[in-house]
Amino acid sequence: MAGPVVLGLLMVILPAFGYLPAVGREEFSTLPWRDLFSAPGIHRSALLSLVSGLVTPIIALTIVMLFLAGISGSKFDRLIRRLVSPLLAIPHAAAAFGLAFLIAPSGFIARLVSPVLSGWQRPPDLFIINDPLGLTMMAGLVTKEIPFLLLMALAALPQLDPGRRVMMARSLGYRPVLAWLFTVAPALYPMIRLPLFAVIAFASSVVDVAIILGPGLPATLSVRILGWFSDPDLSLRLMASAGAILQVIISLTAIACWLLLEKVVGHLWRYWTARGQRRRFNGLLLISGRIGMTVTVMLLSASVSVLAINAFAGPWRFPASLPASWTWQHWANTASNLVTPVANTLLISITATAIALVLVLATLENEQRHGKSRFTALWLLYMPLLVPQVAFIFGLVVFTETMTWQPGTWLVVVGHCVFVIPYVFLTLSEAFRRLDPRWVHMARSLGASPNRIFWRIRLPILLGTALTASAIGVAVSVGQFLPTQLLGAGRVPTVTTEAVALASGGSRNVIAVWALLQSLIPAAGFILALTIPRLLWRKRRAMQESA
Amino acid sequence: MPVIFTSAYLTRVASVARQHLAVLTLAVLTPAVVTPAAAAPDPKDWPQVLQQARGQTVYFNAWGGEARTNAYINWAAEQVAGEYGVALQHVKLSDSSQAVSRVLAEKQAGNTDNGAIDLLWLNGENFASMQSNNLLFGPWAESLPNFQWVDADNNPDMRQDFTVAVNGYESPWLRAHLVFFYDTMLIEQPPGTILELLPWAREHPGEFTYPRPPDFLGTTFLKQALLELTDYSSALYSPVDDSNFDTVTAPLWRYLDQLHPLLLRRGRTFPASGAGMRRLMSDGETALAFSFSPSEAPIAVANGELPETIRSYTLNGGTLANVSFVAIPFNAANKAGAMVVANFLLSPEAQHRAQDPDFLGGTSVLAVTTLSADWQQRMRQTRRHPAAPSPDDLDRRLAEPHPSWIPALEQAWLTRYSQP
Repeated sequence: MAGPVVLGLLMVILPAFGYLPAVGREEFSTLPWRDLFSAPGIHRSALLSLVSGLVTPIIALTIVMLFLAGISGSKFDRLIRRLVSPLLAIPHAAAAFGLAFLIAPSGFIARLVSPVLSGWQRPPDLFIINDPLGLTMMAGLVTKEIPFLLLMALAALPQLDPGRRVMMARSLGYRPVLAWLFTVAPALYPMIRLPLFAVIAFASSVVDVAIILGPGLPATLSVRILGWFSDPDLSLRLMASAGAILQVIISLTAIACWLLLEKVVGHLWRYWTARGQRRRFNGLLLISGRIGMTVTVMLLSASVSVLAINAFAGPWRFPASLPASWTWQHWANTASNLVTPVANTLLISITATAIALVLVLATLENEQRHGKSRFTALWLLYMPLLVPQVAFIFGLVVFTETMTWQPGTWLVVVGHCVFVIPYVFLTLSEAFRRLDPRWVHMARSLGASPNRIFWRIRLPILLGTALTASAIGVAVSVGQFLPTQLLGAGRVPTVTTEAVALASGGSRNVIAVWALLQSLIPAAGFILALTIPRLLWRKRRAMQESA
Repeated sequence: MPVIFTSAYLTRVASVARQHLAVLTLAVLTPAVVTPAAAAPDPKDWPQVLQQARGQTVYFNAWGGEARTNAYINWAAEQVAGEYGVALQHVKLSDSSQAVSRVLAEKQAGNTDNGAIDLLWLNGENFASMQSNNLLFGPWAESLPNFQWVDADNNPDMRQDFTVAVNGYESPWLRAHLVFFYDTMLIEQPPGTILELLPWAREHPGEFTYPRPPDFLGTTFLKQALLELTDYSSALYSPVDDSNFDTVTAPLWRYLDQLHPLLLRRGRTFPASGAGMRRLMSDGETALAFSFSPSEAPIAVANGELPETIRSYTLNGGTLANVSFVAIPFNAANKAGAMVVANFLLSPEAQHRAQDPDFLGGTSVLAVTTLSADWQQRMRQTRRHPAAPSPDDLDRRLAEPHPSWIPALEQAWLTRYSQP
């Protein structure tokens, strides 16, 4: 995997310093950088990306932690846990599009209260979405990252045996939420740290959500980079490449700020714990977690619901609360060219995820058997998550063309692996490494071979996490647009390439239909990931808990 | 920054990488079977082109954002398969830059005869840019048998794309016009000129907006406004460096400074694209919008996306119009097949269907008078959707300025208006 990544990166770095022979530029210079920094509003664009990369994970993590701290096995908790996966399956762009229609001045909420309550016959001229500070964009990102972090946390929790930790703290007089925050949270945090970094990288470099909900004047750095790469003026690609490197620097800066923040919060946490405070704020923390999670789930569910309404809507004029008529037409138009994209999507996502899972498990198992991490190229693995896709994919295509590999399904699978592997790795690695070593010691003392230990001990215990990682892998693969389009030369239509092409036409009904179709495959994956362990371990209670 | 990477170094890296990855290739991929590409066909020898095209698969990279356009290309695929034995595959793009990226990467990697893109829908700035970077194959377009029907001698826009000479490197497909549309339920009298738009917006604040440049439709609005407002409109037909940009464009910025506070959201944010602008109209946020496709409003009305009360018109002083073309990348693997498809798209049969509001509702590039009496009659009888502009409206055409004005205008607009 390192080969494509290195060449992909090289093809970002060289043009950033003026070298792109295909457009007749063969002299090295710093001109692309000077152009970049003189682009109007560039500093603000960069700042917006950095802030979004920090605010989004802070809010998302806070809500997830507070919610988990307050979990008590109530109906509400179970409902949320059940909703997490389907909500995670909705592509970011679709959720953002639904959210935009929900809260826009002409959106669903405004239509519900108009004209009777609000008196609006026409939409009010209110500045809600695309606000210059990017608040709507960050709200959209937070709601979408919460299910991701929650799922990661839920996958990691069983290993920590939270019940006994909380019980011990409570026996010392701590109120439940504080007990969890003092005993479980510090142990949980390291296990979801990698996913958090992915959230930071994503929130600081996201394109689709930023286009739909983010500010326009100026737009975030990532959106502007995409614009320069798409510009008919091919010489702008030099500046765009410089922008791509700036984007990496911004994402890394966000991560560095986070590491600093970790230190500060760590100190405060210890101070807070050491004070022996057992009761104060328990209620407040409990309520904030509940409210945060409720709002998130409601926003996401409402966004999906308005998408579903639009997918069946006939003409629907403001201020009518619902469409004037309902129709199957939008689906009927879709049905005729659905088979190939769906078949391709299934084939590619399952193959890429299977490859990723095997490689990641092999790497981790190897690490366990031969001592500490021999996988020094780890940072390389995460590069595809940091470098803007549009810049990186160009290098990848140059690479495959240099190899004279024909564009097609298998090349797309390989391209997807580049993006699926890091996600599978970051979902699985901490759980794998932190598996209680006593299981392995016990098995070894009973004479089990390393292979047998892997197949009979590690894998069964980690089955739930591995399946979650696979479901995430499938979801990541299904969402890939540029790698599919460019590595497949457009010859491998998937649900997402169709969706993106048709979305460019702008019809809300068509976008809604394809967004729902796009969610189906990952949703099925998440449901399977939850169901399989339950079925397999239905006679083993302790295993069920771990799943 | 010391120069570390010379091109020789790069070649060495590539060849080392190639050796190392050969193993990986065998392990991961089935070894690529490189079919030797056929020698480039001679466009002047049409029977040979037809013969070579038979059995070829042509990958047509074209915007795929609209169901009717996609259905039309599907129909064309059925026709060329039956008539010429060419398999036409529509590669649906959301943006033609994806295809340009691919061709560029292939060139960068030294793929000169087995490119994955055979035919490309483009015009204007994209054409000028690809042409000047030697990314296109040609000349071939004027050798197509059906090229005679466009009567290029009397229609100079068939040979000039945004003032840039086409020289047979792309073949005309459809005409496009800047068309305004408005909701008759909300507006009695829409503005007839760019100048009238200003007092109109004062009376109807928040009822209009335009896509933010560098979106091409937003830039088109700037060009249309500039052509009407400036005293130096002829300067726009030469490269921007030949004239004093500030003097030529000063009236435009004065105008926009006054217009923006009267737009939707007081001009503090703009839709990202033409599609976004149409959605605002469909949501009832605005009452006036525009498009580069005369069929956009009728199609949206037919889909129920826009109300039945929508009507289209063009500005009194003439409207920006251009021709969209199809081109063949320099390294296309199936050039003969691509030419056959381009030729079919120019046939009276295909152009008649393109004009029919039931199918595409576009404007044909053919000069009707050159056609046979039978086709002349059929072309003239095409129905018109009530929401479509009248043919007379579409005849008042303004030629597109030189493409170098596009980045200059975009840059100037962003400098002025991209701070909140």
